[in-house]
Amino acid sequence: MEFAYALGVGFLTGAGVFLMLRGRTFPVILGLTLLSYAVNLFLFASGRLTINAAPILGTASEYTDPLPQALVLTAIVIGFAMTAFVLILAMRARADLGNDHVDGHLPPAQLSARAEQRRERREHS
Amino acid sequence: MTLLWILLLPMMGIVTPLLTERYGRNVCAAMTALPPAIALMLLLQQAPVVMSGQVPSLHAEWIPALGLNLALHLDGLAWLFCLLILGIGLLVILYARYYLSDRDSMGQFYASLILFMTAMLGVVLSANLLQLWLFWELTSISSFLLISFWSWRTDARKGARMALAVTGAGGLALLGALILIGHEVGSFDLATVLASGDLLRQSELYPVILALFLLGAFTKSAQFPFHFWLPHAMAAPTPVSSYLHSATMVKAGVFLLARFYPVLAGTDLWFVVVSLTGMATLLVGAYTALFKHDLKGLLAYSTVSHLGLITLLLGLGTALAPVAAVFHIINHAVFKASLFMAAGIIDHESGSRDMRKLNGLWQFMPVTATLAMVAASSMAGVPLLNGFLSKEMMFAETLEQYTFGALSWWVPLLATIGATFSVAYSLRFMHDVFFNGQPIDLPKTPHEPPRYMRVPVEILVVLCLLVGMFPDLMVGTLLKTAAGAVLQAPVPEFELGVWHGFNLPLLMSMLAVSGGVAIYVNRRFLFQFQSQFAERDAKLVFEASVQSLVRKAGQLHHLIDNGSMQRAMFLMLLLALVLMAWPLMDLLNTAGGRPELALNWGVVFCTALLIAGTLLTIWWSHQRLWALLALSIVGLVVSVAFAWFSAPDLALTQLSVEVVTVLLFLLALFFLPRHGPIMDGPLRIMMRDLGVSVLFGSVVGTICYALLTRPLDSISGYFLEHSKTGGGGTNVVNVILVDFRGFDTLGEITVLGIAALGIYKLLARMTLAMPSADDDGRAWARERHPALLALVSQSLLPLALLVSAYIFLRGHNMPGGGFIAGLITAIALIQQYVAHGVVWMKQRMPLSYEALIASGLLIALTAGLGSWLFGHNFLKTWYDYFYLPGVGKFELASAMVFDLGVYLTVIGATLLILANLGKLTTSERIRTGDE
Repeated sequence: MEFAYALGVGFLTGAGVFLMLRGRTFPVILGLTLLSYAVNLFLFASGRLTINAAPILGTASEYTDPLPQALVLTAIVIGFAMTAFVLILAMRARADLGNDHVDGHLPPAQLSARAEQRRERREHS
Repeated sequence: MTLLWILLLPMMGIVTPLLTERYGRNVCAAMTALPPAIALMLLLQQAPVVMSGQVPSLHAEWIPALGLNLALHLDGLAWLFCLLILGIGLLVILYARYYLSDRDSMGQFYASLILFMTAMLGVVLSANLLQLWLFWELTSISSFLLISFWSWRTDARKGARMALAVTGAGGLALLGALILIGHEVGSFDLATVLASGDLLRQSELYPVILALFLLGAFTKSAQFPFHFWLPHAMAAPTPVSSYLHSATMVKAGVFLLARFYPVLAGTDLWFVVVSLTGMATLLVGAYTALFKHDLKGLLAYSTVSHLGLITLLLGLGTALAPVAAVFHIINHAVFKASLFMAAGIIDHESGSRDMRKLNGLWQFMPVTATLAMVAASSMAGVPLLNGFLSKEMMFAETLEQYTFGALSWWVPLLATIGATFSVAYSLRFMHDVFFNGQPIDLPKTPHEPPRYMRVPVEILVVLCLLVGMFPDLMVGTLLKTAAGAVLQAPVPEFELGVWHGFNLPLLMSMLAVSGGVAIYVNRRFLFQFQSQFAERDAKLVFEASVQSLVRKAGQLHHLIDNGSMQRAMFLMLLLALVLMAWPLMDLLNTAGGRPELALNWGVVFCTALLIAGTLLTIWWSHQRLWALLALSIVGLVVSVAFAWFSAPDLALTQLSVEVVTVLLFLLALFFLPRHGPIMDGPLRIMMRDLGVSVLFGSVVGTICYALLTRPLDSISGYFLEHSKTGGGGTNVVNVILVDFRGFDTLGEITVLGIAALGIYKLLARMTLAMPSADDDGRAWARERHPALLALVSQSLLPLALLVSAYIFLRGHNMPGGGFIAGLITAIALIQQYVAHGVVWMKQRMPLSYEALIASGLLIALTAGLGSWLFGHNFLKTWYDYFYLPGVGKFELASAMVFDLGVYLTVIGATLLILANLGKLTTSERIRTGDE
């Protein structure tokens, strides 16, 4: 089961990294969210995997490590605040700069491509 | 304790000039002088103890784990330096009283001067290496303040910057050396280090330590090739030059050489490097000094040359050379300080320091002239003056050394040449300024200075004479004690006499004097020769090199970050990958010994679902609504994983956060483009990114697997054991959050509140184009608040609130708590926003979410502080059991109050974010004053 868990964490990390390397803000934020999942799961893994051993005293004979859980719990909430912050930041950037690229301006190649598209559309109509 | 006061009194005296400045110059100077004067008396009172060979010391522990202690000691060397620092310091205070003009801020000047005095005392008194370094850097900083005292002058600013850059960089090198020494010896205690000379000399790190150490000492003592900062530090007011840049601060470097003499000296490396550097400095300084037309410039290069002489002595390795070095430290401080003061008087009373204009001043200021000429003769090494004695000793020692084998005879020869130039420039100082015709258009008619401005010079010159004539009586014992402290061994017998008979050193002295006179008389030819070379202004060279360094750094920075965030991120990830993968290579096998759990179909299904969701998120990342759908699958599987692996609290939190996150994304998508380009870059870049992500994912996955399969060694036993007895709850995760690690939680809800307020600010001035249709041209639905949704959500609200209250109350003992309950409440309220709209909600719930966050934080903080009232630690839980008819026995814990704070903050922050984001499309949006 450990292997499946690690596989999941690996996939989440890889996907998060790939999306974070994109040029538009929305995929980057998606990537950040995936990476947050991966980080939380990874931190949680430091307490190792146990089944039916929730750290509620009196409910089991043995308990899993509660400390990583406490850390991850706050990390989830803070992660939400961070996601919200970058999401709103992306909205604000688009409102102020007129595009949703992470650099605040479209790269020259895409700019000319877009102008081409517009021209074509105009001719079409 | 006396020891501490010697340091503490000047330290407290830093503020006295600032406080007494308004009572006039005399009062200010007197009050400034008072603390150092008392310290000097304390020092003199310690004299019999120190001279008898005892070392008073003081030791107070501060951070013993890091080797940081307050440790002071007063051995012979420290006593000698303290005497110079306090004694000359007092004379300089008196001198500066008359030197500074009305326009100068006396309080600021004296405060910086006393700060320097404290720092310097700290350097010489320290018996702990790190403490020594701290004071060492403080001398650099206070010197910076003093050089730039006339901050409107560009040469002052540039000179100060250069001095700080050179000595500061040297200070860092010294720190490196001291840390390495501490690492090798295992202690930062000076006495321990001084006793481990053999250990250090045989250490493999010895060359590194020595190089760093000498860098620190040489930059501070202006040794070649770092000497260039000292002449430019002469932009400082003359009292500063006389105090810092001749008598004390520049001696800190040679002090350090002397201090570590028993530890680091004794190897060929030391002797060759130190003596060659000293010799080069001696010659370069003496030669350059002759050509300087500025009085202070001449004295500055002469100081460089004499510092070189002392360094040379410390590098000779003969038995008596360190004694001669200490002797010359005393003598140079005395005559050079007085010469600087005399130069300051001439500058002050004639308005110029240019020796081409200053001529024939004898007729205007005969007393000052006499004093200056006596001091200059001492500098030249004329018999019956103190400079002669140490120079004789130096000659004698150069004849004794054999560092360079058969070529060793070069050392006395070059020393004689240096001394010859020293005579020549001293002669120039005397003859050019006080005789040699009439002054040439000076700004002022020169005259004698105020009576007391001359007193410090008089005292120092009298000392020159007394030491020169009765050396043994004046400094014999002091020299013996100080040299003993340098050697950390019995001092060999030496004789301090004026007359040693006709011998080789005397012949060398006579050669130097006659040669110097000859050079001075024929100086025309030498000046002509020198004028062929273009003069280099070290200031310009330095500025240019600093600027090119900044340019290079900018280029390097541009190489990494050229404005493209994708590129910078890629490089950073690559670096992280290398750093992560490196230690993995050392891991012998991936799987550890811990037995693994058996796989079942449920887990396989969930893993497959997770991977599918992850891949679909990428696949649909240009069709953003679909990507969101895929992302929520991932979030759901993560919650299930938490639930499965014994973390019910995490599962609940993840689930509720998931709901809020999806809502947030949906709202944001209304304002962001709903589609993106499928390929947002060239295929090459996409493949590159794909490669790095696959590598990254596999490395992290491997680490995770390696971690999971290794045995667990946790500190959590303590929490499990004390959760019920100490925290009063059976839900250990919640008890950790609100009790054991409550302080962390307090910090985290504060961050949450700050993030929410930041979002509020970002939303406040957003100018958005409101889309009337989606990307495909379909108009948005008209029916804003469907009746069905309104009805259902309204009837669900009480239920949701009840659930959240239940989750909150049971949190201490069962899965739940403030975080989860807060999120559930927030979701219930947001649902009302969705169903009814902002206006409807505002009428029914006029609640300020900022106030909610603030009150939540305040409650949490109060709950923590409350424990103080009962004499407990911050956030210590109190709990007890009560009985209520009908309800039964229940528990009340103060942690619940804290959890209530968490609960309120979470609601406030979540709603502040989501409600305000939702409001953007309505008339209730946040407005700023100027809209």
